Formats: sequence, structure tokens, C-alpha cells
Amino acid sequence: MTWLQDRQGLTSDALLAAALFAVQPVPVLLRGGAGPQREQWLALVQSLLPADTPWRKVPASVSPGQLLGGLDLAATLQSGRAVAERGILAAADGGVILVSMAERLNALASGVMTSAMDCGEVIVERDGLARRSPARFSLIALDESCQPDESVPSALDERLVLRVDLAATGAPSGPLPDVNQVRRAQRRLAGISVSDDIIEALNLAATSLGIGSMRPVLAAVASARAAAAWLGKKQVDQECATIAARLVLAPRALVAPQPPEAPEENQEAPPPQSADAESRDPDSDGKSMDADKELDEVVIAAAQAAIPPDLLNQLQNTPQRGGRGESRFGSSYRSRMRGRPVGARRGNPADGSRLHVIQTLRAAAPWQRLRKSANPNLRRRIEIRGSDFRVHHYRQKSQTTTIFVVDASGSAAANRLAEAKGAVELMLADCYVRRDRVAMIAFRGKIAELVLPPTSSLVRVKRSLARMPAGGGTPLASSIDAACGLAEAVRRDGVTPTVVLMTDGRANVTRDGTGHPQQAAEEALDAAGRFRGLGHSAVVIDVSPRPRPVAESLAATMGARYLPLPFADASAISDAVRSGVH
Amino acid sequence: MTVAEVFPFSAILGQSEMQQALLIAATDPRVGGVLVFGERGTGKSTAVRSLATLLPKMRAVVDCPYNCTPEQQLGMCPVCASGGEPKTRLVPRPVVDLPLGATEDRVVGALDIERALAHGEKRFEPGLLARAHHGFLYIDEVNLLEDHLVDVLLDVAASGENVVEREGLSIRHPARFVLVGSGNPEEGELRPQLLDRFGLSVEVASPRDLSIRVRIVKLRDEFDRDPEDFVRRWKRKDAAVRRRIVKAQERVEQVTVPDPVMEKASALCLALGTDGLRGELTLLRSARALAALDGDDAVEIDHIARVAPSSLRHRLRRDPLDDVGSTVRIERAVAETLLP
Repeated sequence: MTWLQDRQGLTSDALLAAALFAVQPVPVLLRGGAGPQREQWLALVQSLLPADTPWRKVPASVSPGQLLGGLDLAATLQSGRAVAERGILAAADGGVILVSMAERLNALASGVMTSAMDCGEVIVERDGLARRSPARFSLIALDESCQPDESVPSALDERLVLRVDLAATGAPSGPLPDVNQVRRAQRRLAGISVSDDIIEALNLAATSLGIGSMRPVLAAVASARAAAAWLGKKQVDQECATIAARLVLAPRALVAPQPPEAPEENQEAPPPQSADAESRDPDSDGKSMDADKELDEVVIAAAQAAIPPDLLNQLQNTPQRGGRGESRFGSSYRSRMRGRPVGARRGNPADGSRLHVIQTLRAAAPWQRLRKSANPNLRRRIEIRGSDFRVHHYRQKSQTTTIFVVDASGSAAANRLAEAKGAVELMLADCYVRRDRVAMIAFRGKIAELVLPPTSSLVRVKRSLARMPAGGGTPLASSIDAACGLAEAVRRDGVTPTVVLMTDGRANVTRDGTGHPQQAAEEALDAAGRFRGLGHSAVVIDVSPRPRPVAESLAATMGARYLPLPFADASAISDAVRSGVH
Repeated sequence: MTVAEVFPFSAILGQSEMQQALLIAATDPRVGGVLVFGERGTGKSTAVRSLATLLPKMRAVVDCPYNCTPEQQLGMCPVCASGGEPKTRLVPRPVVDLPLGATEDRVVGALDIERALAHGEKRFEPGLLARAHHGFLYIDEVNLLEDHLVDVLLDVAASGENVVEREGLSIRHPARFVLVGSGNPEEGELRPQLLDRFGLSVEVASPRDLSIRVRIVKLRDEFDRDPEDFVRRWKRKDAAVRRRIVKAQERVEQVTVPDPVMEKASALCLALGTDGLRGELTLLRSARALAALDGDDAVEIDHIARVAPSSLRHRLRRDPLDDVGSTVRIERAVAETLLP
């Protein structure tokens, strides 16, 4: 691994994170696409761990069955008795699981992983098997997301302790950690003490960043201890606490930090490099421990300084960064599960349905003796006949996703936006009862924006509605395009989309974002025509004070029902949409 | 393999409502289960798993896969019902995990595939529902549970009986258990029918008080560093909680509800407009369990007020977008109807 010596590109924080991981393996989030930096970091970590550490790579499309294990079919058929197959989680006991493209992991697979992480064992109840096996692994999630609406499933995200951003630029500094250093640090680890002041400072830093959960704070304390061991200290001091604040807390910031005192002093966070230099200042440790307040401030400042510069911007622009609840893949996966699999039934797998192997075996099992005695010459271990075949059987429930496309431009906002929001809320109450999903696209200024990916979580809907800003131009064409895209995506998942467009029909911003009313109107009609071609059901609600032909002709071009609601209130809109759509 | 140590129940801080609900369910299983919903990192599953370690033991028939107990009046499994005087012994009360990714055959039970393949014998292998009989069934991330499993659970929880008709088997066996679910509302809502199955519902949030947060971190940190030693040091406190449950179980049947208190409870339910009688029954039942836990002989207004949020929170007429949370509405009603 000589090329490891060439450590260009790995920042000092990345090196430090690798060292801390080796000292005390904890779950890590590694942000950034595939590339030499990532390879370097992973190779470095691998070189620091004992040589026989299990190292399992897992694709994002991994199924709960693969993670947990189940019946080993080949072996079962071979031996004629049930043989269990170890899942990935159990096989990785004592080692590391590498999840590639973790932002595409579905919620169920992530739930399976997190429950194993919490208990240190996997509990398997599948395919007629009941097993518990130890699974104490650490996990490296490779987050390659580049879209703001992609992110690691929140349950897993919450448990990822160290965060390394490979895209961050910083001075490559410090020598490469080596194995002996790691061993020495591990020996020191148990004896390192943490004072109450440090715990309090890390708590304050977390709350100032809007982190309410206790888990990141616990993780920060543990990482501070690892840092102390790494730096050869007897107890966690300010330097170690700032390292933890930087690597563990800062990347999770949900709000711009507000220190308890003098909030007006910090309007702009300094770039990360300068904080680096400060916290490495050799004479900062020891002396500054005299006052608690000072310690708190230093730790908070370090956390602030290390907030990735684009993180807060992202938070402001997309209220639910990456949809904190479920990734895109998660939603499609779950909607596939929607139709209740009503078990298996007798059938022929040749005609396109899926063979249900376990049930087929079950069906064949009771007859084995009989069949063998009837046909003693056959030396097959298991005899399966056509009548044993069982195929998966699903009952499809018709599921809909209502896509609200809301005009949040200046003209609409002036009088109707509040009613539109009210109608959305009422519709939601309705959708909630039917367990439908809703999505929302808001358009204003130059762009149409997916403010809410399809969800059935009311908490998130309420939040994004409340945060929806208003004002600016009306990019109607872009919004219809966005609705087309989302409706198609929803349909691909096997769910029926319904589009509710709330607008006054007055387009004045073109697709490329320039203000040109006439061209904008033409483009809007063009987009509407395209929408009609896709054949989704839709309703256009004219929210202007006086119904106008523009919106009506738009509705006609879209193939949508037109509902002029000049002075209707929220509940009237909701009623109308309900009767128009369902 | 040694079972990993579990964080002691008595060392959990800042989540008194959740602990109270779990203790009530342990005292009187008829309260009907506990749902713990809320933010991440609040120790939801820690609390449930630690409760398992301090539940008093129960007497069960030796080798009965359905945990039949000699006291139960009806609904013994066929084997125990036919046999004469069964041999019994004390066993830990089961707390069964229904893990994510479990398949239906393991939940309800199915043909024992091993036996069938090897001996051509048709034998029923009981599933998780059988194992949880007389105990607790715990589902973490309950809102991620697949729909068909939810259907099964709803069925069984309503009837107290698991009916299996598959692979030529026709089996019915009793399955009464306390359903405990936990989850995070951001991952999706719970189906209203399932929500209704839970007797008590608790909302958990991270503690905001700095000194409590510091203490939580310290305790958890101590535990993580040396779990065995930590559990040993908390053993006495946990044992005290266990004794409290045992005493409460003995006492709960004798706890009376004076008429004025019962009237107040009805007035509260009326004021909140809860649907049906289930809310009122749960309210009284959990208030009795709480009184028993407190060592009182009769339910007082204070008990009603303390259990009202968990018993009624999820039974208010659904106005999902009402900005005033259910908890606040209940607290208001409690202040108006119970405390004047």
C-alpha cells in the first residue's frame, strides 16, 4: 500500500476520523462519490484494523432476507432437512459492514440494520427458522447523494457517529496514523475519564445546533474519549471535546448555532480551516480549563466553525433535507409491499407468477414418505410434483398519491395562498384516513420545487406547509413539468397519481427562468399538452379572485377538471377536489 | 454466548410517563398494551428491553409451547386441557421481539418443515404469537411493520386466539399478550385500527433540561464502559421496582373506585369527546393499576389525572392537523374537569 503514502486529498480531519475509528470502531458516514480519496480512506482504515477483521460490502438494494439470513435452499434440498443460512449481519460479527450508496437504502433494510446495531445481535424469525446470533459490527455508510432530496434513512443516519466529508478541502496535514499508535491508544482508552464540565459543554453545543436527540451527545462523549486516547491524554480535555464537536456534532447541525450568550456576535461562521488551526493551538489546552463558560464557548465555536458551509443553505432551501424520513428508494419499495401478499396459492410458476419456494417445499413435505415408497427407484432426496407448486399471490389495493402543485407566486400569495394551504390540510386529513400519500410541489420565482416527496407522515406535511415561502414570479410551465415527472415516478411505483394544480393561470416566467409573460404562457400550454399525453387525472383549481379563461383553457389543455372557486373557503375547495377526483 | 447486558430500568431518566405506562401494563395486562411514539434517541427500546429483565416470574406448565398457566380458567391449549394435573414451574415472563423482516409463518406458526422433510410428519410449529402468550410482544419500528402482519396482529389481539389454517393444518391456540410498540412518527403514521389496539400511548421527547441531559450521558457512558458492573450497582433499585410490581399485582384486584371518582372520569371523557367506552375503561383500569403501584386501596382523582394523557391521547376525535397537540387538550380538560 505504498500509494497510501501519497496522502494528498485527505484532510487532517479525515485522517483523524480514520484513527478514531480504528481506536474504537463506531458507525461512520463517509460522504462523497467514488474516487481516490474514498479508496484511500478505506484502505487506511483497513490497514489500521487487525488483519482478520471481517469486511463485508453491502449494496443499497440489499433485502432484509439477505441481511438476516434464512433458509439455505440449496443445502436444504441437498440434505433433505432445514439448513439455515447465515445472513450478512451475523457474518460481519466483530467486523465492518460497508454500505455503498447508503442514501438509496430502503427503510426496512435500514431498520433491520439499526436494530442489530442496538442489540448487538440479530434476531431471525423467517422461513420457519428462529435464530439469535451475535452481530457486533461497525458500519461505514458511503453516502453518494448529490440531490438534496436524497439522504441516508434517518434511523440509520441518527446512529452514524463520525462524519467524514471527502469533498471538503483542507490542508492535508499530520503524519499518517499507524497501527502501533492505534494499539497504544486502545490500551489507554479504558482509563480515560470525562469530567462533568466536558459533558455539559458537549450537551450545550448539541442544543445550540438544534440537535435534540441524546444519541449524538453520547456519541460525542465516546469520540472525545477516543480522541483523548489517541492524543495520549489521561482525561478528556478541551481539545478532545472540540474534536468531537467538529467530527460528530457539527455535521448534524439543524439550525445555525446560537450560543447561549451574545447571539449577535456570530453572524457568519468562519471557514473550517481557521478553526482547525485554532483548536490545534498547543497552548490552548490546560490553561483554558479554569472557567466552564469559556470551555462551553470554545466547544460551541468549534462546532459552529466546522459546520459544512453548504449545509445550512441546504437546510434553508429544502426544509426536509433528503426527506429525513424515507429516501426515494424507500418509497418505491414500500409501495411495492402495499398490495397485501395474501400468502401463496396453488399455481403454475411458468405463467409469470413468482414461485413461492418455501411454501412449495412445505406443500411437498408431508408427502415425501409416501412418494418415495411408491417409487423406491428414484434416488432424489425430495420429490416435488406439479401439484406442489405454490406461487406468490398479491391482492392489489388501489393506492393513490395526491400531488399538490401550489402556486406560491406573488399574485397567488396575495389573496389565495392561505386558502390553498387550508384546502391542502383538509385534503390531508382525508388522505390520512385512507392512508394515501401526498406530495407537494411549490412554484415561485424561477423554479418549481418539490417541497415534500410522497409521504404519509403528517408531521412532515405540516412542517413543510408551515415553512412554505411565497412571492415572486409564476413559472407555470416548469411546475407542470415537475408535476409530470413526479406523477410518472409515482406511477412507476405502481401507485395512481392525482394532480391538484392550484393556480391563477397567469404564467409570467419561462422554463429558463426569464420573465416573459407571453412566451411563458405558450410554454405553459405546451407543458399542459404534454401532461395530457400522459393521461393522469388532474384538477385545476382557479384561485384567482375572478375566474378567468386563461386557467380554464389551461385545464382543458391538460385534460383536467376545471374548478373556479372565486370566493370559496378552504373546506369548499376540499369538497370540490374530493368530488372531482374520487 | 452470553446475553448482552441491558441498561437497568431504574437508571432511565427523564422519561417518567413511558416508565409509568410500562409499569401499569406489567401490573395489569388487561390495560391493553403500550405504544411509545416519539423522537429518536429517547431510550424507547431501552425501556422496553429493560422492563423484560424485571418482570416477576410466572408459573407455567412445563414444556407447554403456549405457556399455559394453571390459573387460567379457559383457553388452555388442547394438550394441557386434556391432561390431568400438569406439572408446572416458575419461568420468566416472556417478552418476545417481533423483529422487522419476520415472515408470517414465524409469527403465526406453521408446519414444522424440518420434521416434515425428515419424517414426513405433519406437526405444527408454534410461532411468536404462541411464545408471547401471557407475556409481552414487542415491536420496534411498529410503523414499518408490513401490512399483512398488522392484519394478523389486529385479528389476534382482538380475539385473544390465534387461528392457523395453512398447509393442511388447522390449529387454534390462545394468544393473549401485551402489545408494546415503539416508533418514530416521521417514518409514517400508524394505521388507525392498530393505534386503537393500544391501551396506552406515550409520546416521548428528548429531555431539554441540561442537568438531566448531563446525568443521562454520564449514566449511559458508565454503562457502555462496564455493563456488568453498572448493572450490578443498579440491581437493588431494579429489585425494588420488581417488588413494587409484585405487590401491585397482588393488590390491583382489591383497589376500589369510589363513585365520585368514577363520575369525574366520565366527565373527563365526555369533555374530551372520546369515541366509545374503550377510553373510559382503559382510563379506570390504568388508574387502578397506578393506585396499586402506589400502594393505595382506592383510586383518587390524582391517579386519574396522571394516567389521563397516556390513556386518552390516541382516542381523541382525529383532527390530525390541529396545531394544539392532543396532550395539551387533555391537560386542559384535566385542569377543567378534575381539579377545580
